[in-house]
Amino acid sequence: MATKVAMPKLSDTMTEGVILKWRYKEGDKVKQGETLVEIESDKADMELEAFDSGILRKIFVAEGGKAAIGAPIAIIAEANEDITALLKDTPPTPPVKAQAAEPQRPVVTTPPPSPANTAAASTTQRTDGRIKASPLARKLATENRIELRSVSGSGPQGRVIKRDIEAALGGKRSPLPQSYAPVTPGTAQDVELSPIRKTIAKRMTESKQTAPHFYVTVEIDMEPAMAFREQLNKIYESKISFTDILVKACATTLMSHPHVNATYLGDKMRQYGYAHVAVAVALDDGLVTPVLRNCEQKGIARINQELRDLVERARNRKLKPDEYSGATFTISNLGMFGVDEFLAIINPPEGAILAVGSIEEKPVVKAGQITIGHTMRVTLSADHRIIDGAVAARFLQDLKTHLENPVSLVSIS
Amino acid sequence: MPTVSLREALHQAMDEEMARDERVFLVGEEVAQYNGAYKVSQGLLQKWGPKRIVDTPIAESGFAGIGIGAAMVGLRPIVEFMTWNFSLVAFDQIVNNAAKMLSMSGGNFNVPIVFRGPGGAAHSLAATHSQALESLYAHFPGLKVVMPSNPKDAKGLLKTAIRDDNPVVFIESEMMYGEKGDIPEGEYTIPFGVGNVIREGSDVTIVSWSKVLQHVAVKAADQLANDGISVDLIDPRTIRPMDWELIFESVRKTNRLVIVEEGWPFAGVGAQISHEVSKNVFDYLDAPVERVTQEDVPLPYAHNLEVASLPSVEKVINAVNKVLYRE
Repeated sequence: MATKVAMPKLSDTMTEGVILKWRYKEGDKVKQGETLVEIESDKADMELEAFDSGILRKIFVAEGGKAAIGAPIAIIAEANEDITALLKDTPPTPPVKAQAAEPQRPVVTTPPPSPANTAAASTTQRTDGRIKASPLARKLATENRIELRSVSGSGPQGRVIKRDIEAALGGKRSPLPQSYAPVTPGTAQDVELSPIRKTIAKRMTESKQTAPHFYVTVEIDMEPAMAFREQLNKIYESKISFTDILVKACATTLMSHPHVNATYLGDKMRQYGYAHVAVAVALDDGLVTPVLRNCEQKGIARINQELRDLVERARNRKLKPDEYSGATFTISNLGMFGVDEFLAIINPPEGAILAVGSIEEKPVVKAGQITIGHTMRVTLSADHRIIDGAVAARFLQDLKTHLENPVSLVSIS
Repeated sequence: MPTVSLREALHQAMDEEMARDERVFLVGEEVAQYNGAYKVSQGLLQKWGPKRIVDTPIAESGFAGIGIGAAMVGLRPIVEFMTWNFSLVAFDQIVNNAAKMLSMSGGNFNVPIVFRGPGGAAHSLAATHSQALESLYAHFPGLKVVMPSNPKDAKGLLKTAIRDDNPVVFIESEMMYGEKGDIPEGEYTIPFGVGNVIREGSDVTIVSWSKVLQHVAVKAADQLANDGISVDLIDPRTIRPMDWELIFESVRKTNRLVIVEEGWPFAGVGAQISHEVSKNVFDYLDAPVERVTQEDVPLPYAHNLEVASLPSVEKVINAVNKVLYRE
């Protein structure tokens, strides 16, 4: 039976999607369950499976083109089936023409090759089951936890080389991010916003216009946390980061501050008995906030493990919708850029966000003596509709206590 | 900073070392009365007299042996071969006596000798007079092999060679004797085993030395730079000892290596470099190591075939394109 394939709703906030890649061309046989097309939503790049088997008879939206949710993007039917009726009640012009869209998309990075794609492309070269890869590519794949098998090799005989791994990493290692197409000096240039950029613009405006923000900053002595981290990494041979410790500290603090771990809902507020902590991850053309669920129950090592995986997939735009939604609190850390403090905008519907600065070496007064210490400044942006100044201050006070006594973050029960 | 030719730099090194140490003397064919086949020893006979600037018959094995014997009893001879091709007549003396005496005499006799002269191809000197023999001598434990690519290095390295307590094979290039370069004022030496970064780059490492470095690799790097390819160009200066860490460090940075040498491919110096790199920095390689060598044939006399046989800018660029996976 002939069926229309419609642009799916891939996230709560998605209104339209961009066709990144058709895995088949018109006339190809497709099987139910196989990836038919790659779509870029406002949050991530996703693969859409074919719901029916048959022949891909018609593609309405070419690669690079856009379609609103529910708009037809293709028809799958039997080879000799009459599809004129379906074609007729479909608008003759596709929602957006590919030719028009293509030059407008300089900010959209090429999606990394996906596993299914690769398998098809390279089976001929891998008849002996061996994956050909340069030593460097193998090392980079291990370091970045990339499955070599999932990377399409562009070297001779399909050899996976450095540039292939870099492509799979979303180009984050390349010296010049491809997303920033240089503007000719002395001219101006209009670049259409990517879906992700549009979402950020909409949601941040909404947040700043509806939630009355106020900001409270506190300075934290980080030497105990530094020693703690060093001990952890030595004992467990791990690579626990300050962000991991911070996530755990926030989660622990949030559990005793239900006013901060909350959402404003007009005539009521929803307080959460769990800490789903989101961590902002910068992308070339925007940012995403992958969510670590139930951090109140998880140890730092587990948080480290899950966060690594989430961040990597966030950079590759491979997050699933439930991995970037549902947070109760967000941490945004710009410390790695040498920022000492900043003010973040609340990520709705959350009630607060923590902006984290760098750990600075500077003179501090301890027991009446000036010594060299390491401090970090964090700023809580809070929604005044549900959080008052003293509430925010007490939250930060507790957070400071936890970070200055990090042993309190270790479960002893 | 004075500018001198490579010939003059070598001359200064010998002259200064003869002034510094009366045990130093020069021996070889036409080094004295004719002022040297390539005029490297110009004026030395006049200055130092026939006891220290000694002409010999055409008998390489004989005068190499005289040098070794003199070194064993405390002198510091410099043995000049008119070209290294003729050293093959003295091969047994260099390999079996000079290189092995210290070991075989249980440390009783060291041989502080320098064998020097031009190596490699010039213009249409044909197969027997055009050989790049560095890999041959570098093969033997007991010999150091030095190959300067410019006047500054030539002077500093030759002085180090003359002061070395063991045999040094010092290979020059007749095509380069007239080439000029700046050298430091006054006394200086350059240690063995310390390479030189001729130019810094980030895309590909090229290791080359002596004449092909200046005549081929540098020009290839220039052309590649126009094409946006940045070459990290390394001159090891001494083949043995080799500055491995300098090469490894560069490969760690660029992830790709091309070796340009004038010798033949089989068991060449580049083969050893390729092995050491694959053994020590394997995980940093993004492409197989490429080598540009002389073609695997006796060098033809015919000019067009000679050019086709030797390393060229075009061959180097092809090799660089290969390791960069450029079409």
